[in-house]
Amino acid sequence: MELNRIIHINEIAQNGAFDETKALIYKGSMGNHEKMLSSIREAIEKTGLKDGMTISFHHHFRNGDYIVNMVMDEIAKMGIKGLTVAASSLASCHAPLIEHIKNGVIKHIETSGMRGELAEQVSRGLMEFPVVFRSHGGRAAAIERGELHIDVAFLGAPSCDPMGNANGYNRDEENATMCGSLGYAKVDAQYADKVVILTDHVVPYPNTPSGIPAIQVDYIVPVQNIGDPAGIMSGATRYTKNPKELLIAKTAAQVIEHSGCFYDGFSMQMGSGGASLATARFLREKMEQENIHAHFALGGITGQIVEMHEAGLIDKILDVQSFDLIAANSLKNNRFHTQIDGRFYAGYDNGGCAVNALDFVVLSALEIDTEFNVNVLTGSDGVIRGAIGGHPDTAAGAKMSVVVAPLTRGRIPTVVKKVNTVVTPGAVVDVVVTEQGIAVNPRRQDLIDRLTAEGFKLNTIEELREKAEKTVGAPEPIKYLDRVVGVVLYRDNTVIDVIRQIDET
Amino acid sequence: MKLRRSMMFVPGNNPGMIKDAGIYGADCIMFDLEDSVAYTEKDTARFLVYNALTTLDYGDTELVVRINDLSTGLGIKDLEAIVRAQPDVIRLPKTETAQDVIDCEREIERIEREAGIPVGKTGMMAAIESAEGVLNAQAIAKSSKRLIGIALGAEDYVTDLKTTRSDGTELFFARGMILNAARAAGIDALDTVFSDINNEEGFIAEATVIKKMGFSGKSIINPRQIEPLHKVFMPSEKDLKKAQAIMDAIAEANARGSGVASLKGKMIDKPVVLRAQYLLELARMANRESWEA
Repeated sequence: MELNRIIHINEIAQNGAFDETKALIYKGSMGNHEKMLSSIREAIEKTGLKDGMTISFHHHFRNGDYIVNMVMDEIAKMGIKGLTVAASSLASCHAPLIEHIKNGVIKHIETSGMRGELAEQVSRGLMEFPVVFRSHGGRAAAIERGELHIDVAFLGAPSCDPMGNANGYNRDEENATMCGSLGYAKVDAQYADKVVILTDHVVPYPNTPSGIPAIQVDYIVPVQNIGDPAGIMSGATRYTKNPKELLIAKTAAQVIEHSGCFYDGFSMQMGSGGASLATARFLREKMEQENIHAHFALGGITGQIVEMHEAGLIDKILDVQSFDLIAANSLKNNRFHTQIDGRFYAGYDNGGCAVNALDFVVLSALEIDTEFNVNVLTGSDGVIRGAIGGHPDTAAGAKMSVVVAPLTRGRIPTVVKKVNTVVTPGAVVDVVVTEQGIAVNPRRQDLIDRLTAEGFKLNTIEELREKAEKTVGAPEPIKYLDRVVGVVLYRDNTVIDVIRQIDET
Repeated sequence: MKLRRSMMFVPGNNPGMIKDAGIYGADCIMFDLEDSVAYTEKDTARFLVYNALTTLDYGDTELVVRINDLSTGLGIKDLEAIVRAQPDVIRLPKTETAQDVIDCEREIERIEREAGIPVGKTGMMAAIESAEGVLNAQAIAKSSKRLIGIALGAEDYVTDLKTTRSDGTELFFARGMILNAARAAGIDALDTVFSDINNEEGFIAEATVIKKMGFSGKSIINPRQIEPLHKVFMPSEKDLKKAQAIMDAIAEANARGSGVASLKGKMIDKPVVLRAQYLLELARMANRESWEA
């Protein structure tokens, strides 16, 4: 066949004429098993990982994660240096990264949060290059827009078939490791140049519906253990029995009930803190009493949300991260419990992120200042001890953001003049509920009017601050050095604050 | 009318609990310097409670301090500090006789004079915790004008009786005696604690019994007991409607300039009015939701 005699053929078929030899080579050889490798080292070699590249991890295994340390140890042995580690978040179990930082294997870290020894040392100037803290939505958007380019993603999965369809649960075995949603990992799988799945459970093809589809996966490495199940998730998240948290939760539920955001067909997200979680319990009572149901619940999903769905109180669950086994099992078995990715959840500029459809979100806080700025990242000693998570994303997206926190913790005031670190700007925080009073952001005069008309005795945020100071006194200011150890980005990846090295001299 | 449905124990040496005691809506907070405080912590507790009373804002919650028995030598130190901090009420533990109250009152009066506090401002209540005390309940209840109520302390009492806490049988006599002594003296009667905080059903059953008997309220040891307790004391809708109708009839009679009111052809007696007033006040208090506190 003389193709060049056909008019426009180069526009019609760019790959030339059929070639039987090639067809015979390809037959069968695109088969699955080429992706299956025998060791992490082999996977690292095949991905072509080089000095200075960016690698990523997800945090769905929380403090039970083995993947990060396992992969980093192998990379270190191979002598690769100067890497950027872009994890969706890091936990206390990642303290071994300290050695890799000291040895030059890791040059830079991007994460949502940090805890434990690693956070302690970073706060004391461990890294030359400041750590970049992004929200879950900010990270997803940065990856999507190419601002955070991932060369290789190493993603742990509780099950994977030989083609690479991976899931946060397992259909073959009841007691296998599970984490539920792979929401944050899905973005990495989609955008990273190379994707390696590490799994403790290879299952027959097709492992569908899949959290991560095979078409995005380059290599699969079976490993003995991907994590410690006890550290990954608990059986069921329990409601708090702490009377103070219950009081805060009850008050928050009352505020929500009278806010205009509580109507048949509403939508909600609850943070995983004691008081924010317990708010769901009190809201449930009101939903049952008044025969009100929700169209959807979003976010980190707990067993309580699942139970409300199963009781017919919530139509659909959008799950970017599952917090307990009840949630993970529901994700596995219930088609109205949907696994969503970080962009779908909170990517600020994609026009369709779920947080924008929220009526309200209940969030916790380490500190809130009189401008309504919220800190969830650094403690009262200036040390990093938390994670941004979806805090700014949901606060910005929801029609009403409610921050719940005790007015004081021990001798430490929660409502202060100026937060140590601004994570969520006061511009998007609407209501602060403490056990000692409620303050509404003056920007929300509509809410002030509505709640006052409903008989709420509101405080100003300044009154709450004074109350806190009267009870526990004003803390000594934290001493910092000039050196910046962390840069905090808002959800649109603009710099909202910096974290400085603490001065212990 | 002062409601005393719930009197919440707060150990005097626990700053966290002292700081938050006011937020749960208990009618009374009882800071304890006695049995919940170890001997080595007695000074700490006394200073903490003094400072809490003079620093923190507990709104209109009634503030009670349980002091140590005067015979221990600690009791007088407690009084010297606490009376000066001006709580509403000093609670005397292990009251056996009217003389115990009188002895304590004498010290309170002396300290009030020394501190320039109006004499008589400090209220008192007496906890009865022994067979002897129960038998003397009537005299104790009438021993001082300062007394706002007497209370049953069951743990020591059942030990004294050589029995244990069970379904309430062991407390029949003491409850009946203390309640009648209190009402005869025109003061409040407060029931003992229910210690198993995770047994809400048992707590509600006990609260229902003492409410039916006529007790003003109950001592509690955890904020989680407040809501179920107040629910028990909440009058039924039917009773409230009736009470409201009674008050409306009184108002209507007053407007007419008539001293005699009647409802559905029946004259309304004074006790009926008092009962109606009490019910409506209970309901008003119980309806206060937490954000209004």
